[in-house]
Amino acid sequence: MEKMNGLQIIKKYSSVTLLLVLVLLNAMFTPSFFNLNNLNNIITQICPVILCGMGMTLVISTGGIDISVGSVMALAGVLTARLMPQIGLYPAVSCALFAAVLVGGLVGFMVGKLRLQAMVVTLGLMLAVRGAAQVLCDGRDIYFNKLGKVGEQLALWGTYKIGGVVPVQIIPIILVVSVIWIIAEKTVLGHQIQAVGDNYKSSALAGINTARTMIIVYCMSAFFAGLAGIFQAAKIAVAAGSSLGQLAELDAIAAVVIGGTPMSGGKARVIGTVIGALIMQMITLTCVMNDIPSQYAQVLKAIILIFAVFIQREKRK
Amino acid sequence: MLRHPLCMKGAAAMDWLLDIQGLEKSFPGVKALKGVSLQVKEGEVHALMGENGAGKSTLIKVLTGIYQKDAGTIRFDGESIDVGSPIEANRKGISTIYQELNLSPFQTVYENLFLGREPRTKVGSIDRKKMAAEARQILDDLEVHIDVTRPLGQYSTAIQQMVAVARAISTNTKLVIMDEPTSSLDAKEVKVLFGVIRKLKDQGISVIFISHKLDEIFEICERLTILKDGQYVGVYDIKDLDQLKLISLMVGRETGKRERKKTGYNFEKAKELMRTENICQGMRLNGIGMTIKEGEVVGLAGLLGSGRSELAQVLFGANQPDQGKVFWYGRPVRIRKPSDAIIRGIGFCTEDRKEEGIIPHLSVKENITIALLPKLNKLGFVKTKEQDEIVSSYIDKLRIKTPSAEQPIVNLSGGNQQKVLLARWMCMEPKLIIMDEPTRGIDVGAKAEIEQLIQEFSKAGISVLMISSEIAELVRNCDRILVLRDGKKKGELTGADINQDKIMETIAHGSEHKEA
Repeated sequence: MEKMNGLQIIKKYSSVTLLLVLVLLNAMFTPSFFNLNNLNNIITQICPVILCGMGMTLVISTGGIDISVGSVMALAGVLTARLMPQIGLYPAVSCALFAAVLVGGLVGFMVGKLRLQAMVVTLGLMLAVRGAAQVLCDGRDIYFNKLGKVGEQLALWGTYKIGGVVPVQIIPIILVVSVIWIIAEKTVLGHQIQAVGDNYKSSALAGINTARTMIIVYCMSAFFAGLAGIFQAAKIAVAAGSSLGQLAELDAIAAVVIGGTPMSGGKARVIGTVIGALIMQMITLTCVMNDIPSQYAQVLKAIILIFAVFIQREKRK
Repeated sequence: MLRHPLCMKGAAAMDWLLDIQGLEKSFPGVKALKGVSLQVKEGEVHALMGENGAGKSTLIKVLTGIYQKDAGTIRFDGESIDVGSPIEANRKGISTIYQELNLSPFQTVYENLFLGREPRTKVGSIDRKKMAAEARQILDDLEVHIDVTRPLGQYSTAIQQMVAVARAISTNTKLVIMDEPTSSLDAKEVKVLFGVIRKLKDQGISVIFISHKLDEIFEICERLTILKDGQYVGVYDIKDLDQLKLISLMVGRETGKRERKKTGYNFEKAKELMRTENICQGMRLNGIGMTIKEGEVVGLAGLLGSGRSELAQVLFGANQPDQGKVFWYGRPVRIRKPSDAIIRGIGFCTEDRKEEGIIPHLSVKENITIALLPKLNKLGFVKTKEQDEIVSSYIDKLRIKTPSAEQPIVNLSGGNQQKVLLARWMCMEPKLIIMDEPTRGIDVGAKAEIEQLIQEFSKAGISVLMISSEIAELVRNCDRILVLRDGKKKGELTGADINQDKIMETIAHGSEHKEA
C-alpha cells in the first residue's frame, strides 16, 4: 500500500536485522555456539528479562516507566522462600505474587489516580521494596538446600528440563509473552492502554477510565516481576534480598526500547521486546564465549540502546 | 511600485519578493504538492487559500525549511534559496506564526520574544534589561500593554498569539507567514492584529495570510493564491472576486449561498432532554440555566472567554461546577466524569482537536471506536468483525477521506480528523452531541459537510449543542441560540430573531428578558 523509503525500512526491521546479524556472526566465529547447552543457557538467562520486559512494555506504552521491578523480584523471591517451609510451595508463591501485585497497585494508584510522575514513584518504591526484601530475609541469603523438601521442589523450577532437554523457563516465557501479546493486540484493555499512552487527555474525554487502566498496567508489571523473581531465585536456589533482581529493571527497559516501543508511549511492541532481550543476551554470550571482557559487552549494549532511541526519534514526531 | 535597483539584472522575477515555481513534495503514499506556484509582491498581504489537504501547510513548511522540496524553485528577495531549517529561513527574513503556537509558556514574555537570539552584554551574559525594554517597546507599538516580565503561560491564548506576532516582526523580517492567526482571537483582537498587518505593509513587509474566515480575507488581503488537492488553481485580485466565487474556486464546484435550513420548526412540544439550573464555576460561569430539547440544535454564542467552552465541559463532566443542577429527562443527575456523560448518551467534540480529540498515532479505526470499546467487549476481547463493520460504515457515511481504516489519524487533514471524531460519537448512538468549534481550522468544503451532518443529527432526533465564534455558522444551523457574556446568559433567541445583527446586539447589550 505505502511505499517506504530506505530509512523507514531500516527503522521497521532494525531489531530483527540486528538479531540476525548477531546470530550470523556467532555462527561464523564462535565455536560451538549452536551447542545445545549454550542455547539452553540463553533460555534460562533471558527468563527474568523477558518476564519483567513484558510488563514493562505495557507500562512504557502508557508513557510511564517502572523501575521498581528489580526490587519486586527480590520481594517475591524472598517472600516465597520465607513462607514455603510453613505453608507449602504453592501457597507461598501465591502470597508472594499477591504482595507483588499490591506494590503494583500502589504504584498504579499514585501514577494513575494522583497523577504523580511514574519515574519518581517507582524510584521511591524501588528503594522501599528492596529494603523490605532485605528485612524479610534478615539480611541473610536463604539457601534452598537448607529448606528441606520444599526447597528442592522450588529449585526444580529453575533446573528442571522438559524431556531432559529444554529448560523449564521456556514455559513461563511462552505463557507470559502470549498473554501480553494477546492483551496488547486483541483486547479492549490493550487498546485503551495504548490510547492512554498516546494521548491522555483525549482518552479521558473518550470515557476511558485512565486511573483504572494505569492501575491494571502497573499491577501486571509487578505481577510478572514477582514471577520473574521466583524463577530467578529457583534457578540459583538462593533467595537474597540484597542481590536478587538487581539492575533487572535496566535490562527490561533496554529490551523494551531496543524492541521499538517508544518511550513516549502509545504503542506496545511485545514481540519487539522479546527480540530486544535476545539481542542483549546475544551480545553478552558473544563476548563471554570469545573471551572478551564483559565490560566491552556493556559498552556495546549501551551503543545499541542509544541507537534504538535515535532510530525512534523521528518516528514519533 | 518602487523598482529595486537589482531589477536591472533583467529578470522579470525581480518584481517579486517571493517567487515559487513548480514546487513538488511527496510523502509516503501522498503527493502533497504537484507543481505549485506562489508569487508575493513587496508589501503585499497575500492570502493562501484552499480546502484542508490542499497543500497550504505543506507549502509553508517547505518554504520555511521544515520539509525539503522534491522539485521546483524558490526565489526570495532576488536569490534562489533552499532553506534547510526554520532558523535558516528566519535568518533570510522569513518568519512564521503557526496555528499551534510554539512558544515556551514557562518563560517570560520578553524571553519568548528573544528566544534563541538574546542580546548580550559586553561580558557575554544575557542582557535582560535590554530584552525587557525592547520587548515592552515592540508590544506597545502593537498596542498590547502587558507586563513583559511575567511568564507567557499566564496570559490568554490571544495575548500569546500577539507575542508570537511581535516575535516575528521584531526580527529583521521581510516576509511574515501567518497560519490562521485569528482562529483564537476575538473581534477586538482581530482588529488590533489587522492594524499590525497594515503597519507591516507600510514598512514594505509582505504577509502571507492563511485563514478560513472569508470576511477577513476580503478585509485585509489584496491578492490571493488558491490551491486545491496539492495543485495550483490560480492567483486572483481580491477585487475581482466575491465570497461565493471564492468558495466555488476553492471547493471546485459551484456552491449555492447557504441559507438557514430550518425555519419555524416548533420545539415547544418536544421532550426536554437536558436542563441546567444556576451552573457556577469560579469566575467563568456565573449561574447559567438552559434547556435542550430532543432533536434541537442549540447554539452558544458569545465572545472568547464568555464561558461557552467552560459550560460545555461542565455538561460533559470534563470539569466540575462549584454549584448548580443538571437534569436529564427531567431527573436530577450528577455528571462527575466523562464516562457518566457517555453512558447517558452525550458525546463531546472538543475545540482543541489535536490535544484533546484525536489519539494521534492510533488508526482511524481505533479512533472511531475508542469510546465504543466497552460495547465491543466480549470477555475482554474486541469484537473485531463488528468493529470493522461499524468503522467502514461510518467512513462511508461521513465520507471520510483516508487511504484505509488502518491509517494513523494524524496523517489525515483537519476536516477528516473532525469527521472521525464525529463518527466516534455517532457510533455510540447518542442523544446529545456537544460540539465546540466544530469547524475550526477546517476548509470551506468540509465545513459545509459538517454543517450538513449537524442537520442530519437533528433530523434523526439527536440534539446538538453547538459552540462557534462564527456567528453566521450559528445562524445557519441553530434552532435556538443562547447568548453568553462573562459567564452569564444574556439572552435567548429563536425563530426570526436568529440573525447576525440580533445576536451581536444581544452580546453587546443583552436582551429584555436577560435577568431571568
